[in-house]
Amino acid sequence: MSRTGVFVCHCGTNIAATVDVDKVAEAAKDFPGVVFVEQNKYMCSEPGQQAVKQAIEEHGLDRIVIASCSPRMHELTFRKMLTDTSVNPYMLEIANIREQCSWVHKDKGEGTDKAIDLARMAAAKVDRNTPLYTSEIPLTKRALVIGAGIAGIQAALDIADAGYPVTLVEKEPSIGGRMIMLDKTFPTMDCSACICSPKMNEAGAHPNIELRTVSEVEEVTGYIGNFTVTIRQKAKYIDYDKCTGCGLCEVKCPSKVTSEFDRGLTQRRAVYKPFPQAVPSKPVIDATNCRKFTEDRCGVCQKICTVDAIDFEEQDKLVKQEFGAVVVATGYDLIDWGKLYGEYGGGAYPDVIDALTFERLVNASGPTEGHIVRPSDGKEPKSCVMIKCVGSRDPHKGKAYCSRACCMYGAKHAHQFLEKIEGSECYVFYMDVRTPGKGYDEFYMKTLEDGATYIRGRVAKIYPENGHYVCVGEDTLSGKIVKVNADLVVLDTAMVPQESAGEIGRLFGVSRDQDGWLNEAHPKLRPVETNTAGVYLAGTAQGPKDIPDSVAQASAAASKVIGLFNHKALESNPMISFVNEVNCRGCGDCVGVCPYGAITLETVERRENSVKVMRDIANINSGLCQGCGACTSACYSSALDLKGFTNEQILQEVDALCL
Amino acid sequence: MTKEFAYYPGCASCSTGLAYEMSTRYLVKAIGLKFRRIPDWNCCGASSAHLVNRDLSLALPARSLAISEETFPGLDVVAPCAACFGRLNHAQHYVRKSAENRAHIESLIDREYRADANVLSLLQVIVQNEDIKEALEAKLTKSLHGLKVACYYGCMLIRPVEEVNFDDAENPQSMDEVMRLVGADTVDWAFKTECCGASLQVTEPAAGKTMVEKILHNAYINGAEAIVTACPLCQLNLDMREREVNRLVGTNYDIPVFYFTELVSLCLGAKPTDVGIDKHYVAAVSRSARALEEPAAEPDVAPDDETEKVVTS
Repeated sequence: MSRTGVFVCHCGTNIAATVDVDKVAEAAKDFPGVVFVEQNKYMCSEPGQQAVKQAIEEHGLDRIVIASCSPRMHELTFRKMLTDTSVNPYMLEIANIREQCSWVHKDKGEGTDKAIDLARMAAAKVDRNTPLYTSEIPLTKRALVIGAGIAGIQAALDIADAGYPVTLVEKEPSIGGRMIMLDKTFPTMDCSACICSPKMNEAGAHPNIELRTVSEVEEVTGYIGNFTVTIRQKAKYIDYDKCTGCGLCEVKCPSKVTSEFDRGLTQRRAVYKPFPQAVPSKPVIDATNCRKFTEDRCGVCQKICTVDAIDFEEQDKLVKQEFGAVVVATGYDLIDWGKLYGEYGGGAYPDVIDALTFERLVNASGPTEGHIVRPSDGKEPKSCVMIKCVGSRDPHKGKAYCSRACCMYGAKHAHQFLEKIEGSECYVFYMDVRTPGKGYDEFYMKTLEDGATYIRGRVAKIYPENGHYVCVGEDTLSGKIVKVNADLVVLDTAMVPQESAGEIGRLFGVSRDQDGWLNEAHPKLRPVETNTAGVYLAGTAQGPKDIPDSVAQASAAASKVIGLFNHKALESNPMISFVNEVNCRGCGDCVGVCPYGAITLETVERRENSVKVMRDIANINSGLCQGCGACTSACYSSALDLKGFTNEQILQEVDALCL
Repeated sequence: MTKEFAYYPGCASCSTGLAYEMSTRYLVKAIGLKFRRIPDWNCCGASSAHLVNRDLSLALPARSLAISEETFPGLDVVAPCAACFGRLNHAQHYVRKSAENRAHIESLIDREYRADANVLSLLQVIVQNEDIKEALEAKLTKSLHGLKVACYYGCMLIRPVEEVNFDDAENPQSMDEVMRLVGADTVDWAFKTECCGASLQVTEPAAGKTMVEKILHNAYINGAEAIVTACPLCQLNLDMREREVNRLVGTNYDIPVFYFTELVSLCLGAKPTDVGIDKHYVAAVSRSARALEEPAAEPDVAPDDETEKVVTS
């Protein structure tokens, strides 16, 4: 005979406001098998859990029903609690009387009736529960980091330093992401390359880090601890084992292509290193612009190379590797503002540029060696207008969210402009100034002292006139329309996720929000995990943020990976499929139905009526089975059943509700 | 080709916008379109009505549209004046939005109005129908020989974007397309859709003059020899107030302001007096006639030439 204990939670007023907990507790006393009922304000709290433990001891309970919030919230909490008792953690059923009852009903009468039904069903089910035990599944202690910007690099370094091997995949020819494009970083005005390059070099040289540039993830199977990932190592057409990075090929290449790294300010060659400090410090060939590929001519680089490293025959390579955990750090892009803001010229005015382009202008190793000049005529601008929130905080035409870094880099740019150009003027149009970090507001104040003029209002129109640009805006604090003549206009545009993030999300089962940012498991309490166990997020792939936050999040993701890898093995989920051999007729339909490839048909020797026979029987791989139950419904012979959700258990629930 | 349209003339066509009416009539006849004047049409209310009373501003245009629906079932309505087009289009959208709206309007105008027919601007009719564009091209006998024109769209031709859904709101090209068809050289300029001041010229002349001056200035510095419009109030404001602006600000703008239909008609064979160009305030007859002549062999002046351009009559 079962000795079931039923515990009903108030959850403060979350449940108690719409469900009469007293009534539920009273009704539970009459459920078959129930010998003990108790209520609690917060079942999940320390006193709540203690009450359960105490009741088990005092009343000899052998199975528990907890009527509370969703099992997604606290099933694990209560199972953990039961490990301290004589009751097996799987002799537990949760009746969700919150998310599926009190939170979706307004009428207390209806809510209470439903809660009683749900509790009755749970009690009926638990009556048929059997103790279940987990087993161990092996864990591949190798991490995959996708994206090698500062977040990816940081995560890779942390995991590698902890002693675990990491494969760092990057789609561009060099690692470094956006950070290596920047000149100086706020609020310390550290040179970005000076702080980023050492990390890049460390990642490139670390014995535990395998770097794969010009590579993308193509296919993924498996689950936490056991991911099988196919990486496409795209052809570089240069053998890196031979290449010395001398750069002679680049000098001789006749093809000129607009430089993506320099945001269109200069040109590069078809065989190129994106920037001098690239890691790996070796070039790649851009086949879409290389004359050898497009016209079957030239080939000068190959002729000139002293170590015979150029190989035009090279093919893409597909590499299959096993990983235990994945960190997604695919980073951000800037919104296509030209399409949205025709009033700012729609991208047609050469001296109206975005902030990343300004970074290349002001960068000492950039195309102008750090001289701020107008892209149109190369002249030094005397006045600059900077416009914040272009595409951000604009639900009408752009994105509704704030891009978080622009107020600070806007102040940084204003400071740099005024400092580099003697006698210059800088006007910053803003809606608000957001400076939440350490030293941030002080930095902004200093920029005002430098002489930057901040105008609170938006710019309605930018148009060219007599060689400069007229910016017509509003000064909301004085209530006047202002017209500012600018030689250069810098737009602080919205951050958006990299396009590649969509495919990565799809491959790993990580969902994205309405703006395309990858979703964390919980916005407050689980910011680096995703809803796919074993897949973590770092950096701007998860949402707009600045460098300190990206690095912090990267280290957090790494710590999750390290924590995972520190286990000897993983605990398997015991709620998996099992076969009743006697009923199984060996038809094999279940094999095709299983989405995880966990079922095989095995030929086994058995004795029937004292005769040796060979029979085909379904065999479940307990490591691969995820307990989805598809096979149990497909089986004609009812030979397959699901532990924890047996047919009998479910029918008990139906009877409890309907009879 | 889609030949027939119901025609809403608008008040200006009988008065200050006479040249627009004359040139539209010439163009329609030359291409072979049929514009059927809506009988007993009334004023659309323009900006005055919607400032005063919402019901009035919807009922006035709805009445004309209802009459058109009854008299010319199945014909789309064309309104050359941009403001009339805007108000008629708005009323039609209002009625299409919900059964309640329709009932409300029908009770005001005491007529049935289903809002089946579309409301189009004259520019839309030409640009959105390939066959009409082809018919126009076929009948062209003259060219403007690279006359530099600044196409001015004003407020009402393209906005509100959700209701009009025609052309780009910041840098429209439809009128430019038509002008290029007849051989003009359209300039890139930044004030295509800045407001001319509309009725402010009468009620707040000081504000109004500034708005006109800004438009004239930007057209001028971008090398325009003429401004082309598609609205009688825009044309009137830019044309009639040009001398006043000169007096007030001390400039000497001398830029003729045409209706696009005038220039197109000239290229279809009209004389300037046939289409009302002699009625302009800023003298335009001889300049428009000269534009139609074959140019003497002369090196082209680059559009971004910095020398001051003073166009003399």
